[in-house]
Amino acid sequence: MDKFDKLTGIAAPMPLVNIDTDMIIPKQFLKTIKRSGLGVNLFDEMRYDRQGNEIADFVLNQPRYREAEILVAGDNFGCGSSREHAPWAIKDFGIRCVISTSFADIFYSNCFKNGILPIALPREAVDVLMADAEKGSNARMTVDLEAQTVTTSDGESFSFEVDAFKKHCLMNGLDDIGLTMEKAAAIDSFEAKASAERPWV
Amino acid sequence: MSPKTLYDKIWDAHVAHEAEDGTCLLYIDRHLVHEVTSPQAFEGLRMAGRGVRTPEKTIAVPDHNVPTTLDRANAETMTEDSRIQVEALDKNAREFGIHYYPVSDIRQGIVHIVGPEQGWTLPGMTVVCGDSHTATHGAFGALAHGIGTSEVEHVLATQTLIQKKSRNMKVEITGNLAPGVTAKDITLSVIGETGTAGGTGYVIEYCGEAIRDLSMEGRMTVCNMAIEGGARAGLIAPDEKTYQYVMGRPHAPKGAQWEAALAWWKTLYSDEDAHWDKVVTIKGEDIAPVVTWGTSPEDVLPITANVPAAEDFEGGKVGAAQRSLDYMGLTPGTPLREVEIDTVFIGSCTNGRIEDLRAAAEILKGKKIKVKRAMIVPGSGLVRAQAEEEGLADIFKEAGFEWRLAGCSMCLAMNPDQLSEGERCASTSNRNFEGRQGYKGRTHLMSPAMAAAAAVTGKLTDVREMM
Repeated sequence: MDKFDKLTGIAAPMPLVNIDTDMIIPKQFLKTIKRSGLGVNLFDEMRYDRQGNEIADFVLNQPRYREAEILVAGDNFGCGSSREHAPWAIKDFGIRCVISTSFADIFYSNCFKNGILPIALPREAVDVLMADAEKGSNARMTVDLEAQTVTTSDGESFSFEVDAFKKHCLMNGLDDIGLTMEKAAAIDSFEAKASAERPWV
Repeated sequence: MSPKTLYDKIWDAHVAHEAEDGTCLLYIDRHLVHEVTSPQAFEGLRMAGRGVRTPEKTIAVPDHNVPTTLDRANAETMTEDSRIQVEALDKNAREFGIHYYPVSDIRQGIVHIVGPEQGWTLPGMTVVCGDSHTATHGAFGALAHGIGTSEVEHVLATQTLIQKKSRNMKVEITGNLAPGVTAKDITLSVIGETGTAGGTGYVIEYCGEAIRDLSMEGRMTVCNMAIEGGARAGLIAPDEKTYQYVMGRPHAPKGAQWEAALAWWKTLYSDEDAHWDKVVTIKGEDIAPVVTWGTSPEDVLPITANVPAAEDFEGGKVGAAQRSLDYMGLTPGTPLREVEIDTVFIGSCTNGRIEDLRAAAEILKGKKIKVKRAMIVPGSGLVRAQAEEEGLADIFKEAGFEWRLAGCSMCLAMNPDQLSEGERCASTSNRNFEGRQGYKGRTHLMSPAMAAAAAVTGKLTDVREMM
């Protein structure tokens, strides 16, 4: 997994609330058996017309946001389907950090497995960051995972919370499965105990 | 010992390892797998030279991509990419030695219908699947939730999941439901009340008289949509109805093991004075038959209401409501009962079980549909067989419904069953998101009885007027 430590980049504003994973990556792109190549279809039905032409006013089609690496979004980002194709598409597009007031649970976990940092902040902070993102490509936002801060182009800084274990994995690009396998003995002994207590399982 | 909730008890029984910061390895009793969210996970195992740790606890069934038309044995009915995905599951299931129900098997169906039907899902278990509607299995008092593909790979490799505990939320539905009000109306009404993010960070336990009165099918409908309220999982404490449903199913315990299991299951309830982080109480009598008007499952209104205006909302929801109204092609102030419907879809993991089909048949008996097309897609081959045996299939066909084979069908349109641009559908599925049932398709969520009523009148309809 790619590491995430510090990022300074363009932030794209998407103030819409309840952006669901069907919007992020529509169903027809879930038929892949690979993880790669989904960035071109990120937000497909908002981004292209039926003929495949770009819809000019969609945020990521605007010249100033085409290189965005941060997304500032409305409440409850990533709700709906558990499809990990959503973070795969976001990452493949080049976005490494999503900021909102809240995230749907499964999407939030999926981000950390893919080198993406989701940041939940209070509404007042997200409003300031949304306004900063609206300034376009001259404004660069900075996300510092080590310090747990997001800083606007004007230097206004907000602290965010992140689970220590998730932070550690993201900063070091660690593979969860490898870490869990180091605890194989604990799993073995739990399994033995559980199958004695609940042999029907 | 301090009092515990049902969630606390199941959680405690499955912690295989706990780190100092509270990060746990939660042991997984049942891992359900379908073709869409698993190929990359199996590929990951292969690349790392890993195997499936506990294949006997892993169950696979293709459902999202499979066509539901009667000619689906003909490979031509599937697009090439769908076929590749189904074939990949077939290959992975055989290679890794996991339980498998191929398309040709009568037991094939939607993963969340097959699991309980075959007795894989039992009270007190931890159940996961790379699918958000895994919450369905919570109806048995099992801790069940959706996971992403990386987690699918993690569970395949280790039979555990890295988790931190969620908070406890109690949703109590008191009293009795009025005639015409069903489990679907309960679950939609709860989301209407709490919003789609109201459950974020929580595991919900549904309780109260109206929940107790529901059949297992109804309870599955309620828990199925816990995810639509943002919750990690939904639970209902097991009781006699649960045991009766489970008993005798192919993978349910038998003999002495049944007795031992039953003794443990009977300890699975929330203690009287357990701590709840959040409590929501709704009177059963106050719940009406509901429909959704917008593109979020929280956009719920009683069928007797009018289409709202964007200004009726606050904050970010104003813009979202306007976008929904535009997408849905609705004018504020229009009575919902005047909204004309093109298509009716009855099925999905939310409402594709036998009781749902019976409810639809009751409305459709001796009637003809007034919509352009209508289909009933049973949740499994066994549900289909039972509906045929009970004579329900004849009622559907006589009314003008297409009677299909089992699969996810139009709930998510990853198969040939899709809405066309602007087509308006009365649907018993779980999501009304933009594009969910087909590009620019318009979805109104409701119960099977309400969807059947809409099929008969060609409009959104108050089912109580047809009873």
